[in-house]
Amino acid sequence: MKTEFTKRQLRNDNIQLANDIFRRCVHCGLCTATCSSYVVVGDERDSPRGRIYMIKDMLESGTVPDKTLTTHMDRCLSCFSCMTTCPSGVDYMHLSDLAREEIETHGPRSFYDRMIRAMLSSTLPYPGRFNVMLLLGRLARPLQPLLAIVGLKQMAAMLEMLPARRKKSPEFKGGGTARPKGQQHKRVLLMTGCVQQVVRPSINDASIRLMARQGIEVIVPEKSGCCGALDLHMGKVEKAGVHARRNIQAFKELEEQMPLDGIIINASGCGTTVKDYGHLFGSNKSLRSKKIKAEDAVKFSETVFDISEFLINYNFGTAQLWSDLKVAVHIPCSMMHGQKITDHPQTLLRNAGFTVLPIDEAHICCGSAGVYNVLQPEIATSLGQRKADHISRAKPDIVATANLGCLTQIDHHSSVPVVHFIELLDWAYGGPCPDGLENLKDRVDHLDQD
Amino acid sequence: MGLFSTLHDNSTSNLPRSALAEFQQVLQPNQIILDEMGRRAYETDAFTAYKVMPLAVLLPSSTQEVADITAIAHRFDIPIIPRGAGTSLAGGAIPIETAIVLCLSRMNKILDINTTNRSAKVQAGVTNLAISDAVSDQGFFYAPDPSSQLACTIAGNIAMNSGGAHCLKYGVTTHNLMGVTLVTSEGEILEFGGDYLDPAGYDFLSLIVGSEGGLGIVTEATVMLRPKAEGARPLLLGFETHEEAGDCVAAIIGDGITPVAIEFMDRPAIKVCEDFAQAGYPLDVEALLLIEVEGAPLEIDESLQKIIRTASQFNPVHKRLAKSDEEAAAIWLGRKSAFGAIGRISEYLCMDGVIPLSKLSSVLAKINEICASHKLDVANIFHAGDGNMHPLILYDANKPGIIEIVEKCGAEILELCVLAGGCITGEHGVGLEKRDLMPLQFNEMDLVNQMRIKQLFDPKWLLNPDKVFPIEISKVFQEEGSLASLRDET
Ligand code: SF4
Ligand code: SF4
Repeated sequence: MKTEFTKRQLRNDNIQLANDIFRRCVHCGLCTATCSSYVVVGDERDSPRGRIYMIKDMLESGTVPDKTLTTHMDRCLSCFSCMTTCPSGVDYMHLSDLAREEIETHGPRSFYDRMIRAMLSSTLPYPGRFNVMLLLGRLARPLQPLLAIVGLKQMAAMLEMLPARRKKSPEFKGGGTARPKGQQHKRVLLMTGCVQQVVRPSINDASIRLMARQGIEVIVPEKSGCCGALDLHMGKVEKAGVHARRNIQAFKELEEQMPLDGIIINASGCGTTVKDYGHLFGSNKSLRSKKIKAEDAVKFSETVFDISEFLINYNFGTAQLWSDLKVAVHIPCSMMHGQKITDHPQTLLRNAGFTVLPIDEAHICCGSAGVYNVLQPEIATSLGQRKADHISRAKPDIVATANLGCLTQIDHHSSVPVVHFIELLDWAYGGPCPDGLENLKDRVDHLDQD
Repeated sequence: MGLFSTLHDNSTSNLPRSALAEFQQVLQPNQIILDEMGRRAYETDAFTAYKVMPLAVLLPSSTQEVADITAIAHRFDIPIIPRGAGTSLAGGAIPIETAIVLCLSRMNKILDINTTNRSAKVQAGVTNLAISDAVSDQGFFYAPDPSSQLACTIAGNIAMNSGGAHCLKYGVTTHNLMGVTLVTSEGEILEFGGDYLDPAGYDFLSLIVGSEGGLGIVTEATVMLRPKAEGARPLLLGFETHEEAGDCVAAIIGDGITPVAIEFMDRPAIKVCEDFAQAGYPLDVEALLLIEVEGAPLEIDESLQKIIRTASQFNPVHKRLAKSDEEAAAIWLGRKSAFGAIGRISEYLCMDGVIPLSKLSSVLAKINEICASHKLDVANIFHAGDGNMHPLILYDANKPGIIEIVEKCGAEILELCVLAGGCITGEHGVGLEKRDLMPLQFNEMDLVNQMRIKQLFDPKWLLNPDKVFPIEISKVFQEEGSLASLRDET
């Protein structure tokens, strides 16, 4: 597309980056059809092409984001389905990061809106604080209908999404190392995330067991924590940087002591962000410090693997379960579009003896999208129901996914039990039956192994 | 306010207050876009050389709402620009300043699938591919397949009588449509055709198809479903000259073989598509033909052998048959994504002319001459089987004055097509882009007769009024009912 920036504007690095992105877009509109917000809203302003066009207009005119742009950027799920579709290779992801930062700093947000965002950003990434919030949330749950009535729909949505009952506490807590029994092949660092540690610790437990069984030494650093994705998607770049620096630091310290074969992520939402640390630090001077340079971020990003990417080359031997369980696999957007991993989980599950079913409209978001289901409950609910409908049409016994957010969202909308695919693998290769699948236990038999 | 509500109060729209009040009576707030940034998002389509902000954008969700809107607009003399997904390469959905945009994107439901009758009834905002997706399980598909089929709507396909790679065998939209619901400029709801093949009386349906939203607004359509072929296989043939490739196409068609598609790409196009799709296109040939045949396995083998035998007279230097479904999909992905993939390297103006097959190679050579004379690069990619050419003129949109040169170059190419015995539009429609070229193709009488038909359906010229006919000509006609005064001047 034609752009109308002045030479002076183009001296700004961000504008230059945006200009390069706009010039690639030919305004063909192909991306609209696979956009998760456009399919439910049906308005050009809620399509990738519309957003790109409006961001262009705002940057060209040198004004601050207005209410329209803010509303429609807020409705973008950052699912990046548009990037998979776009034949021109338009980098919508980094353009939307720019727009979000601009909105966060200069946009017209109401006090209530700012408050909700500040609250999410200061609790979710910190397991301690999040635990307290969960407790308060459970106490406040009876207020939920009231909140919905007085129009505080985000608050109501938040309460609705909180897990109703306390999960089992984790088997492996805090930092530590799992050393495999037999011969050790590899050594990895596992990022255990933030919310995941609290809401479904069994995902990390299963990951650790599964890898250790394969002769992989798994280290969870004391200092590991949130990846920064939550803040980044709300345009809070500086705060995201704090989380990123802490993770990079933890990795550097460990790396100096012993060689590592990979940083493993079992939440694909985080994976997309940490794989992009290199770009984040490269394009934001203010995030770099004496200790953490752009090269460190690049190195970190290059060492990251989604757990499915890392395990796909392993031979797990014979599975210990015999079952006819049918598993519908939902590949999260962050995995499919963000990291271009489309079938590793299915392959791993199939090798473990499960029958894998596809879900129609796999490229569309389930509506979870980080904290989106809290901030945009209406669209999130439409998408959640849409996904649940497609799932029930596949008639599975279990839904498996690869990201905690999707797991919670689908669980909320679908009656089929949902687990992380790692929990299923762990089960098949000797681990315990995953939470929520107790009713299916009698459908499986254990093979005796010598 | 309902679901997804936004009605911004920072409206700068000049839409008359009294008209707005009436629109608000029949629509929800979230169906009316008035704010400046929002209207800007609708100021152009995939033909970005032009942009004009409309007074408002309305997003109806039913035929009745479309009828209500049209009736109100008719009373206030407000022109309406119908829009589907905004993928027109001819500017078919670009607004004018005094108009509202009526966008069908929310009318995207599939209403009924009837595999016995082999028909599907859909709201007109449904995308082309969504129809095939919905019936694919049952072994059917909707045949016309424009490159933008993922996103473009049936409404737009009907307006432009779209074709696609596979129309060589299955025909274009008009051959695959059984009925429409049409809202007239006065807000009346009319039905043409139905879910049967041959309606009684005059065939008005064929008149509606290709009328570019100028005769009425199509809100629902009944389309024909076709059974999927048992199998299909693409074949790639590379040539050292355009002439050989062009002659080869003519020979294949002349032989009486009907492949489902014959697509042509020249060297620049091959390179870009290969970069995008990694389809294994040969990079050292001047012209590449993508030929697809379908049917039962034996039938496919036989047709392919015949084609290869015919082709061998024209010295193909590269020959490859897709061996797996994945390979076939990759081969098609390259072709289908061509326009977008070219967007990776440059802006482009996509032309859409038709020529008789026998002139293919000479026209191609002249296209390259014309572009060279304007110092412009061109990539050629098109449906060779039916002579529908899509030369893509590449240019740097940020270069001042360039668009005028590009348009002049494009006009010369289309003039060439007409001189060669072809026409100025194959499947994209006339729109804004080619309206001034209409007199190249039609004489005064032809134009007057076409405008008379428009006048019958739309006496006030409110529906997409600035498209298809040259502005001065349509103005004179509207005032005088003929073009006599124009003739006197010249
Ligand atoms: S598909 Fe790509 S090039 Fe086309 S409009 Fe979307 S972002 Fe732009
Ligand atoms: S990231 Fe997802 S929601 Fe956002 S514009 Fe792209 S496809 Fe639409």
